[in-house]
Amino acid sequence: MKSLAELQAIRDKARMQVGLRSEGNAEFRVQVGMATCGIAAGARPVLNAFVEEAAKRGLQNVMITQTGCIGICQFEPVVEVINTKDGSKVTYVKMTAEKAVRVVNDHLVNGNVVTEFTIGANS
Amino acid sequence: MYRSNVLVCGGTGCTSSNSEVIIERLKEEIKNHGLEKEVNVVRTGCFGLCALGPIMVVYPEGAFYSMVKPDDVPEIVEEHLLKGRIVKRLLYQETVVDDNAIKSLNETPFYAKQRRIALRNCGVINPEVIDEYIAVDGYKALGKVLTEMTPQEVIDVVKASGLRGRGGAGFPTGLKWSFAAANQADQKYVCCNADEGDPGAFMDRSILEGDPHVVLESMAIAGYAIGASQGYIYIRAEYPIAVKRLQKAIDQAHEYGLLGKDIFGTGFDFDISLRLGAGAFVCGEETALMTSIEGKRGEPRPRPPFPALKGLFQKPTILNNVETWANVTQIILNGADWFRSIGTERSPGTKVFALGGKIKHTGLVEVPMGTTLREIVEEIGGGVPDGHTFKAAQTGGPSGGCIPASELDIKIDFDNLASIGAMMGSGGMIVMDDTACMVDIAKFFLEFTVDESCGKCTPCRVGTRRLLEILNKITSGNGTMEDIDRMEELCYYLKENSLCALGQTAPNPVLSTLKYFRDEYIAHVKDKHCPAGVCKALTNYVIDPQKCRGCTLCARNCPVGAISGSVKVPHVIDTKKCIKCGACMEKCKFNAIEKK
Repeated sequence: MKSLAELQAIRDKARMQVGLRSEGNAEFRVQVGMATCGIAAGARPVLNAFVEEAAKRGLQNVMITQTGCIGICQFEPVVEVINTKDGSKVTYVKMTAEKAVRVVNDHLVNGNVVTEFTIGANS
Repeated sequence: MYRSNVLVCGGTGCTSSNSEVIIERLKEEIKNHGLEKEVNVVRTGCFGLCALGPIMVVYPEGAFYSMVKPDDVPEIVEEHLLKGRIVKRLLYQETVVDDNAIKSLNETPFYAKQRRIALRNCGVINPEVIDEYIAVDGYKALGKVLTEMTPQEVIDVVKASGLRGRGGAGFPTGLKWSFAAANQADQKYVCCNADEGDPGAFMDRSILEGDPHVVLESMAIAGYAIGASQGYIYIRAEYPIAVKRLQKAIDQAHEYGLLGKDIFGTGFDFDISLRLGAGAFVCGEETALMTSIEGKRGEPRPRPPFPALKGLFQKPTILNNVETWANVTQIILNGADWFRSIGTERSPGTKVFALGGKIKHTGLVEVPMGTTLREIVEEIGGGVPDGHTFKAAQTGGPSGGCIPASELDIKIDFDNLASIGAMMGSGGMIVMDDTACMVDIAKFFLEFTVDESCGKCTPCRVGTRRLLEILNKITSGNGTMEDIDRMEELCYYLKENSLCALGQTAPNPVLSTLKYFRDEYIAHVKDKHCPAGVCKALTNYVIDPQKCRGCTLCARNCPVGAISGSVKVPHVIDTKKCIKCGACMEKCKFNAIEKK
């Protein structure tokens, strides 16, 4: 180790991983429905796309987790984005990996809900 | 990037209850479900709640699973990691709020009153991966010290923080460093005392197992402050996991150039090597420890000269305990004022205690100095189990004393404990309930010091043995009141005349039990009676004829045939034959057998 910058570089890289191990700091909680119906409809690539895209952008304020069936199986894969500050919730339906990337970019980074993917626009 | 981290405790406690197997099963199951790219399994250090081990925590949800068995693993993987449904039945019940929610671990009684500084990374990072330590600001303090501060400034910060040695004596750390810095020499040394030997104490082990790099970093900081280029960690060989992780940490630090030559390009050289102790208790004493590192028989030597002047290999040396080291980096990063804001005026900061004995939550706790004993025992520790009542807490191991129930509200810090005849010690805290005999406890610790006395000085070598003989005489029912007086006198003689702290503190268990539980000693001597029913020579088992139904179960279980009686007729114990093993009492279904 020849400089503080080198140390800083290692720290930034490793921080993503360790940062996950604390509770309660996330601004957004992304919940992917991972019951049998969700998995069968393709929730797994959606979940992975969220994780990868959030990592690529170095988002520290997002917690990505799974949840069980929320009862609207015909719309799976279902993803809920919860704003932990005010408790508001946006429900995205019939998600794909490509759609997930857009939700990360538009919603999580820029704060614009992708209305066309929401349950309101699809039912 | 993983979406989930599964932390499994790899401390000694959980390892001995199979956490290694759990980790293997976990990896296997995760692979079977094709989740290996999404879920990261991390073996961490101790979480502290050893009573509930093996422990597993799943993030980001923060689900705290306790007493996990290898056979629970498939369910956790399939339900939680794959489908996102937390396995409620395995959760630590204190974290379950209602059917749908779990509350944060930090809100549970065990963790709520804790403040983790020395243990901050234990149970958070993987101790075998240096990158994880760096991620939580590891080696940042060393970088700051080497690039922004002069050695004198480092010493000033540590001095101003008021940090006192956590090994037990509570000597101001900054002062120690300034002595060593002031002495000129061609070579100086920085040592770490990891020869944790008090029965029941395991805080140093847990820090070394859970966060080994913090010790390396702090030692390098001290090396810079006093002008030393070589460090030694003296660790007992009975801590195999800690030794392994320390060595791994040293190797990784070398690889990154955080130990070795020209650290951070500043021209500062520092290296650390391990020395394994063979388990002699006296080697935890600073001069004996250094003698042992030199390759000689581990015996203490007279002070002065103090190690800061002539220590290891006759060179200026500082020696600090593991827990002390674990505080140093945080003081450098956050400043002396921050550290002073925690704890009490004369004992700033926190202290780690190893809670053991008759307490619900056996484990490791770190609390601000000034926390009361009652808070530690009743709130954090969950109180005394099985309906028994608190009788005393023993702190400081064989060098410490017993704190009785009447002192439960004492605010724990170095000076308060010393004022009531106990001692902070390294932080072992053994809780005793009403089934403990205080004379027997004193005898237990004396047996330990008799075994561990190195034999160099007469007061300790002979004195501890004479003390033990008197205690044996008392517990076997042959003691006289004069014995108690002679014993007390001998205690003070030992305190004043022994060469090192081992002998000087060896009488503490006797003195403090005499101070608070003299009535028990008198009961043993005058009434030939052990109030707690522990001392076998003074205890008789008797059958209450009112309660005995004559079921013959006790007679059939007595190993020496001391119980006689026929079916449906109350039985009788022949006290001459009885060996007082207690088997009859355990078997009796009618509570008819009593100790008297």
